[in-house]
Amino acid sequence: MFFCSPFKLKKKGIMGMNERNSRYIGRYNPRRLYPLVDNKLKTKIIARDANVTTPALLGVITMQAEVETVEQFITNTPGFVIKPAKGSGGKGILVVTKVKNGRYYKSNGNEESLSEIKRHVTDILAGLFSLGGSADVAVIEGLIQFDSAFDGFSFEGVPDVRVIVFKGFPVMAMMRLSTAASDGKANLHQGAVGVGIDIATGKAINAVQFDLPVERHPDTDKELKLLVVPSWERLIYLAASCYEMTGMGYLGTDMVLDRDIGPMLLELNARPGLAIQIANGTGILPRLKLVESLKDADKMTVEERVAFSKKHFAETPLIETQ
Amino acid sequence: MNARIFFFTLVAGLFLLGVFQTVQRHLAFDIPWMPGETRSVWNIDAKIEFEATGKPVLASLSTPNSQAGYTQISQNAASPGYGLSFLYEDNKPQAQWTIRQATGPQTLYYNIQLLVDSESVDQPITKMPELFDPEYGAAGLAAGTDIIKDAFKTSADAFSFTREILKQLNAEQPNQSIRLVLASKNSKTNILVGLLNEAKIPTKKVGALVLEDGRRRQHLQPLIEVFQEKNGKIESRLFDASSLQEVARKDLLLWDQSGKALLELTGGVNSKVSFSMIQQDQPALAAILQKNDNEHLFNFSIHSLPIEDQSLFKGILMIPLGVLIVVMMRVLIGLKTSGTFMPVLIAMAFIQTSLITGIVGFVMLVAVGLFIRSYLSHLNLLLVSRISTVIIMVILLIAMFGVLSYKLGLTEGLKITFFPMIILSWTIERMSVLWEEEGAKEVFKQGGGSLIVAVFAYFVMSNDVTRHLMFNFIGLQFVVMALVLLLGSYTGYRLLELRRFKPLVDKG
Repeated sequence: MFFCSPFKLKKKGIMGMNERNSRYIGRYNPRRLYPLVDNKLKTKIIARDANVTTPALLGVITMQAEVETVEQFITNTPGFVIKPAKGSGGKGILVVTKVKNGRYYKSNGNEESLSEIKRHVTDILAGLFSLGGSADVAVIEGLIQFDSAFDGFSFEGVPDVRVIVFKGFPVMAMMRLSTAASDGKANLHQGAVGVGIDIATGKAINAVQFDLPVERHPDTDKELKLLVVPSWERLIYLAASCYEMTGMGYLGTDMVLDRDIGPMLLELNARPGLAIQIANGTGILPRLKLVESLKDADKMTVEERVAFSKKHFAETPLIETQ
Repeated sequence: MNARIFFFTLVAGLFLLGVFQTVQRHLAFDIPWMPGETRSVWNIDAKIEFEATGKPVLASLSTPNSQAGYTQISQNAASPGYGLSFLYEDNKPQAQWTIRQATGPQTLYYNIQLLVDSESVDQPITKMPELFDPEYGAAGLAAGTDIIKDAFKTSADAFSFTREILKQLNAEQPNQSIRLVLASKNSKTNILVGLLNEAKIPTKKVGALVLEDGRRRQHLQPLIEVFQEKNGKIESRLFDASSLQEVARKDLLLWDQSGKALLELTGGVNSKVSFSMIQQDQPALAAILQKNDNEHLFNFSIHSLPIEDQSLFKGILMIPLGVLIVVMMRVLIGLKTSGTFMPVLIAMAFIQTSLITGIVGFVMLVAVGLFIRSYLSHLNLLLVSRISTVIIMVILLIAMFGVLSYKLGLTEGLKITFFPMIILSWTIERMSVLWEEEGAKEVFKQGGGSLIVAVFAYFVMSNDVTRHLMFNFIGLQFVVMALVLLLGSYTGYRLLELRRFKPLVDKG
């Protein structure tokens, strides 16, 4: 059979795109809050106010005249990232991993000259990477030093953890590992590996690539079930705090782990995808329904919500039992 | 929950409104459900021949009214040199020819088209025809009184009285009085009219034409319409003087109901009127429209617009169906398209170009456009000027394809100009960005999706039946709207999700 029965899907609690759009995004995400999420600079500002850790903000360039001043933000750093505030799909992100004697090197070892960096900033300001080509600002962030826990799990890119936070409850999580196929990007539909993560423990449950189950990372051959996210407690606490911070009811939070600072919020997504269900091997609907059925959910503190999630959404990791 | 109830009431209301309006239009105006339906139309010619005497000529021909079973669609007349007018006085339509001077044999033609229409009814009779004095001699008068006396005894009303007289008139062995009456030079019809008048029963002579396909040189059959007032209502029946029963109206057209003469002619002699007829099958819609046009009804339909605007609406009214297809493809199937309603516009272009030419042209334009656009992305241009460049490029490409295909003798290729250029440019721009961001696979996915949806929309929008229905029944727009609203609240799975999430179900 090419298709499966919709009744079986329903029984497993799998959420479809139509249901996500009308029942959850349409109902819980007010349109006026979208700019907070779609603009990375705004996200950073509200995150700072809410004491949610984000990568260090080195500087912002908002006008063409300021482009010449970019050097002052980046000369004395170990590495930095320049990204458009309203970029989408990882476009226009320049990562410099090494700064030495006023020369800049990308992760593949190639040098990026200062004038090239300035042109990149100009492109960002012109809206070259932004949705609809609207004018944008360039955000300069400190480089994240990846936690060694992920060595071998990711190919060339930033491994991040996507946690779906519904009304402040972390309901489902997945690690996104870039691959050669995904060109270093962490988007599942581009070929990144998605690893379902147990909400209670931070351990791997199940892994998929291109919506099909995989056991090992296609590039590094590392066994994916061995993956454990360190500082898990702190990570889902931060993710859960994003609810108060934005007011968005149905939110995808992208977290990264820094070797020194620990979990940080990288960006938010008001329309998180459905692939997380495949990565976890289970439907998200029963969890959403359970949270919706709570009467005094709004009065619960972040700690209480995280505790509730860990209790109810824990899962016996499937890979370990196989 | 209340909002939910309101929503479904709204949807049901729109749906019912649409269905009601549609059915009402079908019933009231007889607009057929199918485009191919045909209706019979009788095309009847009356030919008038006479010899003009060199004086001013005035010829008035009684013409038929719309009546039970037949609706007049059009009439016209051919008569070189004559002034022509159609008169309608006192419920008696006439065609009148006039000329200052004419000599020798003259021929005038009158043509009428009648739609076979079971819903057409006779015009109500408002007043009885007047009685007149019969014109036969004293002997006949005495005999007539006898006949009337006999018939009166064995009858109950005007109609049965008429039948009784007919029995006597047509008896195989007529009695003394009948023989006497028949001996006069009058026709049976005139005798009957005279007798009925004598008995104070109003009558009218009617000239009827028996309709039979392909008949020529026909003459009117003289019939007698007998009137009777009953409970304040005037009724009438038709009788033929040479048969006993009243006349059935089937295939009978009452041509001359003036009660006077079929042709009134001054300035001519030896006049003769003959009829020929053919039955034609016309597309029902055209016939109905002509009919309604004549009726001057308040009729909320696109048909009341000038033809030029009608053809504009013919296209516009199909768009909702295309939109419905897009909504279905996205919400129920889950196909990705580049630009939400771009497929509808492409489908409309396909209607102009024909499908195969359209697809080939579209694919070629987009492919070449993408190729050139990939060069533009190296130039790091601003968006607006980039799009503008693409627009100019698309126009040049269209011109080039047009000229090239013309030179090669492929006139089909010229249809490429029907493509919406701005839309095409945006499509190329979007796909190009998509190519850079997501790779070629996604471009083919969305481009293919758009094309599939466009082809579906094309088939629905170019289908004769749907075109006929959407254009003639405005109410269907409400039905489409109700469906779109309903689809907007669908939260179930998309077809492609059943494929996507299949591994989850298979696992156990």
